[in-house]
Amino acid sequence: MTSEQLRQVILDILGRIAPDEDLTDLDDARPFREQMELDSMDFLDIIMELRKMYRIQIPEEDYPNLNTMAGTVTYLMPRLKDVPVGA
Amino acid sequence: MSVSDRIVITGIGLTSPNGNSLAEFREGLLTSRSGVINYETRYMGPVLAGVCNFDELRYQKKKDRRRGTRAGSIAVYCSNEAVNDSGLDWPNVPRDRVGVYIGITEHGNVETENEIYEISKFQYDTKVWSHHHNPRTVANNAAGEVTLNMGITGPHLTLGAACAAGNAGFIQAAQMLRLDEVDLAIAGGVSESIHTFGIFASFAAQGALATHDDPTKACRPFDMNRNGIVVAEGGGICTVERLPDALARGAKIYAEIIGYAMNSDATDFVLPDSNRQSECIQLAMKRAKINPEDVDIVSSHATATEQGDIEEAAALRRVFAGSRKTVINNTKSFIGHAMGAAGALEMLGNVPSFDDGIAHATINLDDPDPRCDLPNLVINHPRELGQVDCILNNSFGMLGINSVVILRKYRG
Repeated sequence: MTSEQLRQVILDILGRIAPDEDLTDLDDARPFREQMELDSMDFLDIIMELRKMYRIQIPEEDYPNLNTMAGTVTYLMPRLKDVPVGA
Repeated sequence: MSVSDRIVITGIGLTSPNGNSLAEFREGLLTSRSGVINYETRYMGPVLAGVCNFDELRYQKKKDRRRGTRAGSIAVYCSNEAVNDSGLDWPNVPRDRVGVYIGITEHGNVETENEIYEISKFQYDTKVWSHHHNPRTVANNAAGEVTLNMGITGPHLTLGAACAAGNAGFIQAAQMLRLDEVDLAIAGGVSESIHTFGIFASFAAQGALATHDDPTKACRPFDMNRNGIVVAEGGGICTVERLPDALARGAKIYAEIIGYAMNSDATDFVLPDSNRQSECIQLAMKRAKINPEDVDIVSSHATATEQGDIEEAAALRRVFAGSRKTVINNTKSFIGHAMGAAGALEMLGNVPSFDDGIAHATINLDDPDPRCDLPNLVINHPRELGQVDCILNNSFGMLGINSVVILRKYRG
């Protein structure tokens, strides 16, 4: 999976979690919560979706790494680079 | 009784398998429009069910729907519709003086079944069990979702009362208004039960799940060829106020709640007891200070199970045998058994009788069971009564819970 493919995976997850949001102009450098309605339960949905899709366990202390799109991709890339998109 | 103890219904919101407003529902009941269709369930396959088609996104965002429950969504839709219908100046209603009291038959089955199905795709790894499970399955879910959606900060309760729950919601509302705990109650009943296979499977195991080649003819209370319950979803919710408050704001008054009662059979988990049912009816009438001949319409609970129909018919004969004017009808024959919503929908479907003077029928009654003999049953076609002043609504449930609500036309 490339970083661009991983970004799209995250975007698709966000689209499912926050179906009322327009994510077209999402700024990868700004925190998700500044750009969309996203509370702690929604954030846990992101973690859960990744767990279901890729069986990846993200420790709670690492959650701050997933505050932005850029941070999320950077954090996940080493863990998912060998995984196909549709895994 | 002081005038402030008089309790009235001022707004109605509902979704039924045959209508998403009181007008649609009433029209369906007067024209024999059923809401029962073929329905696919997980694991069990095809069954018959009463299915609602209200617009879930009229008052909720997609995200709210994703997080919440079908029961919550039904409650939110009906509550908003009721408030809109009431003419209340909602933005200026003190939300801490609003109470939400919603009856439900069961809750959590749908959500638990969904989660188990989901983790089954992951070899039952409980690490993928959703963090949304608990807020979806707490027993106050339906009423709680209404408070979240409408910004209500007064008390809320979802009342577990099996299939007597719709009436229980109205009774709780009347009591809380009389106690001055709230100034406005949003009350009634809801059901999401068709979304869990377990309800159908359990009735099937009990030999009490209806089957029929024509879904619209499957629910047949009091008929020799009945073969069980048609499960339905739905909701019926009202704004309920003290009479002086309703008069002060010039509200439209649909009906006055003049009596109610609840009691328990204390005899069986499933089988009803006509003695306790008739006692419940008589207690409600005593509190309403009326006699059997004052009741124009009895909205029966009958679900089209053999013993249930026989027991209720016995209870009704015991109370109303001497009343020549009281007629009896049945709403489940149109829409199926809407479980926690049944009592509310069945009462509300009769409310327009105060204006049009017509009693809707019990349909699908082609071969009356002599054990359910009821002299004034309205069979298959609506009946013109001319004037309707009083409606008595029966709603009974498992574990022997009985509830009765009596409405009277408000005449000023």
